[in-house]
Amino acid sequence: MNINWYFLMAWRDARRSKSRLLLFISSITLGIAALVAINSFSENLKDDINAQSKELLGADLELSSNDADFQYQLLDSLEWDVSYENSFASMIFFPKNQQTRLVDVRSLEGDFPYYGTIETKPESAGISFRDGSKKALVDQSVLIQYNIDIGDSIKVGLTTFKIEGALINSPSQSLGATLVAPAIYIPMKYLDETGLVQKGSRVNYRRFYRFRNLPDDFDIDQRLRADRDTLRISRISADTIAERKQETGETFQNLANFLNLVAFIALLLGCVGVASAVHIYMKEKLRSVAILRCLGAQGKDSFLIYLIQMTVFGLLGSVFGALLGTIIQRILPIIFQDFLPVEVSLSLSWYSIFAGILTGLTISVLFALSPLLAVRKTSPLMTLRGTDGSSQSKEPLVLLVYASIVIFIITFAFVQIGDLKDSIYFSVAVFIAFGALASAAKLLMWSVKTFFPSSASYLWRQSLANLYRPNNQTLVLIATIGLGTALITTLYFVQTLLINQVEITTNKDRPNLMVFDIQSYQKSEVAQIARNNSLPILQEVPVVTMRIQSINGNSLQDILADSTAQRRTSPFRREWRVTYRDSLIASEKLLSGSLSRPSTWSGRNNWTFVSLEGGYAKRNNIELGDTIVWNVQGFPIQSIVGSTREVDWERVQTNFLAIFPSGVLEQAPQFHVLITRVPDKATGAAFQREIVKKFPSVSVIDIGLILNTVDEILGKIAFVIRFMALFSILTGILVLISSVILSKYQRIKESVLLKTMGGSKRQILIINGLEYFYLGSMASLSGILLALLGSWGLAYYSFNSSFIPNPLPMMVVFLSITGLTIIIGLFNSSSILRKPPLEVLRNEIQ
Amino acid sequence: MINMDSILQVNNLSKTYQSGARELTVLKDINFDIKEGDKFSIVGSSGSGKTTLLGLCAGLDQASTGQVLLNGADLGQLSEDERARKRNELVGFVFQNFQLLPTLTAIENVMVPMELRGEKKIHARAMELLQRVGLADRHDHYPTQLSGGEQQRISIARAFSNNPKILFADEPTGNLDEETSEKVEDLLFELNRENGTTLVMVTHDLDLASRTDRILRLKGGQMISDQIISPLSESLA
Repeated sequence: MNINWYFLMAWRDARRSKSRLLLFISSITLGIAALVAINSFSENLKDDINAQSKELLGADLELSSNDADFQYQLLDSLEWDVSYENSFASMIFFPKNQQTRLVDVRSLEGDFPYYGTIETKPESAGISFRDGSKKALVDQSVLIQYNIDIGDSIKVGLTTFKIEGALINSPSQSLGATLVAPAIYIPMKYLDETGLVQKGSRVNYRRFYRFRNLPDDFDIDQRLRADRDTLRISRISADTIAERKQETGETFQNLANFLNLVAFIALLLGCVGVASAVHIYMKEKLRSVAILRCLGAQGKDSFLIYLIQMTVFGLLGSVFGALLGTIIQRILPIIFQDFLPVEVSLSLSWYSIFAGILTGLTISVLFALSPLLAVRKTSPLMTLRGTDGSSQSKEPLVLLVYASIVIFIITFAFVQIGDLKDSIYFSVAVFIAFGALASAAKLLMWSVKTFFPSSASYLWRQSLANLYRPNNQTLVLIATIGLGTALITTLYFVQTLLINQVEITTNKDRPNLMVFDIQSYQKSEVAQIARNNSLPILQEVPVVTMRIQSINGNSLQDILADSTAQRRTSPFRREWRVTYRDSLIASEKLLSGSLSRPSTWSGRNNWTFVSLEGGYAKRNNIELGDTIVWNVQGFPIQSIVGSTREVDWERVQTNFLAIFPSGVLEQAPQFHVLITRVPDKATGAAFQREIVKKFPSVSVIDIGLILNTVDEILGKIAFVIRFMALFSILTGILVLISSVILSKYQRIKESVLLKTMGGSKRQILIINGLEYFYLGSMASLSGILLALLGSWGLAYYSFNSSFIPNPLPMMVVFLSITGLTIIIGLFNSSSILRKPPLEVLRNEIQ
Repeated sequence: MINMDSILQVNNLSKTYQSGARELTVLKDINFDIKEGDKFSIVGSSGSGKTTLLGLCAGLDQASTGQVLLNGADLGQLSEDERARKRNELVGFVFQNFQLLPTLTAIENVMVPMELRGEKKIHARAMELLQRVGLADRHDHYPTQLSGGEQQRISIARAFSNNPKILFADEPTGNLDEETSEKVEDLLFELNRENGTTLVMVTHDLDLASRTDRILRLKGGQMISDQIISPLSESLA
């Protein structure tokens, strides 16, 4: 048969069903649009991260350490420019409104950044704050929060600076870091004058290098890898452009992958719509297929006609989706602006467009194939008998199609996630969800059939029977609406879960203000100020800074030298902040051993007992009875791991990885932390003001303030997620509309017949309305149940928290989805009811 | 044995269906053969098996036992696609409920059998046939825009479009009023005569059946008579 004839027949057949075919493929359009938008955006982002990689770090190499005089031999052989940044947490004071705030003070010397700029408002401020006078840059969010203007002043320790500009972004600034302590920049030459850096202060010393005249074959990353152990022993962290580029790229790729999966779910929803729509469409076409068979067409002829039809419309839908996607791509940088590390350009990504169209085409053909295959077996006898003469035997090719669908879903997920195991988990979750919804639909049909209320009124019986009679929409509608509901509700639950986890700390009995960096001599006075402000002292804890010198006699050097050693090096590299006490606090539970040395203990008399956090000890292969030698400001302290504890880190308390018994560290250099609870903002502000005025080096963390910021960030993330979920919602609605319109074709003869027999408009509306009520409510209920299960799983396994769902949003989701189903269903039915029966039959039955 | 003069030969034909655990025989041991150019009708009451017999003769279904030889080809030995090819080469159909493709216009419906044969320049032939059935001016109308009689006339034009050797008609006037039925019958017989086509028609209308050369009567799936109609009785009818 001439291929042109297949196209001609496909076109002839489609021209009278254009609107219906367009409706089928509109289901995949939004999914493709989302995919193309996200992929194009991440392609742009990837290119921009590559192009602006130097600006991400601002230098060729960044070294940092807690030691002011750290040395790195490699640099001796190279030529470079260097800038210095000493940073530490401290309180600042705004004289304008007498407010205080904990910030990350960064004192800068040199021309950093060498690549890119410190982004400020006004733009020149990033340079001009270093003109020699006392000027500072202050994080924009702080200025807004405290109603401070550029040109106002801030007091950092003992020194007052003029605010030269608002800090918008700087190289190496991360979102997380600004959460607790937003950054301010001051020139380094005034650092000493502030009086904030004293012996024992916790300062991070960073150096930014720009290399000059580097030999061509010099590879900084390779050299750093070779020197890894040396850097570890010297406790120097190093970061290069390549590393930063990789980290940034990975972070945003993960985000893009996640969003792509959300888009993919929208697409899958659309696929279900396509499959069911084609299934019903082909059922209606069987009579035409049988006629063609009578006239001499072979099985493959009819199959090819409809395959061409589906392919062309799938292509149209995908191209339209890709077009829509390139438009949405322009909106994404605005939505993501708070998270973007670089300025994202807007260029067409032909790769993403092509991949999107190909995905759409594959999906529409793959999901249409199963109903299409049945066409090949259609018997011409149907023309005489008027019944479905298609073969009842299972077509083996259908199984192949199902297998291809499974493989496609796993492969697509793999392409998005990049991890086979995760993509299988994702696919399994999707299949389980579909399976559960299909089971719910089957259960509904079975229950209605088995427990049919024969004595109910006609309207009830008719609408209930519609659920299981031939050509019913129960399975399709429950699967599509249910999955959409499950997805949207899960997103909502997870978001609430995250917010609740943070909010749990704001309970009225929980502490909400932490004063730290209190020197021993300041301790009683700080406590007195708290008492003067009628604030309870919930906890007062001494903190001693130390490092580990050896574990079971092995130093870091020993472990690095021994390639067979199993012990991890991280305990050696961290700066430990420990406390001393003889009892556990509310957030702790003893897991093993005893906190203090038992009187019966006979070993190592002069070794003290320490207690480690159980999880940390396990992760680092440290066991009960192991010996640890600590270095406290140069003095060794020998200890034995006497106990392990479980610590609830979610509580706002001073929790510690290690605690010493009293009587050992009392004379060591230490600072103190005081925890209290302020009843309101004003009391908190007054207390902070008094503390900072009297003791500039003391810092205060206002948990309420952090919670506000976390709330704000979560809000932004939630917005992004909701934006993506919108595609699923809209796709769900489109699938709903297309399913309902298709079911209209199914029910049309019946409604007309009822009308002809004298059924009133009201009666038909009630029958249809009730049917959509059953379908909508069952679908949304199943979806909500799935979401509850999914969210509980996420809460339990991923967030380690309990999940207590709020019934109100569930009710809202249930009512809206059910209502929407009924409204769309009735809206469609009403068009049949307005016209005379004969006109409807002539126009609608094709 | 194959009778070389026959266009359609039916030998010991039976058809049974499985209805649950029960076997239902709808046709039992049917034998006849039809020569080229014959006009042959199958009559019987509802459920007598006449449509089943037509379906088997046209290769739309397969017999349980027995043989159907269409133009010498044993339909039972052919696959569904091979039978479809035979239908396209030899057979024309006229159905009770017209069976026009609803998405095709009148002329396109007429052209389809020719297109399936891969013929070229078919538009003129299709228009000629439409002219013959008196619907040339309605060539671009869709089936839903035509009356029942008009649809059946299109269906007759389609049936003759591939110059079939044999035409199968299943209650061709069953869905039409008396006046229209007469016109359609006349058209069918005229075209049949002009083209020298063999006609096999299923009907329960004895008046219509009497216009054929031979009437086969079925009852409960069995042949009860095979009557040759004399030219006199045709003219009387």
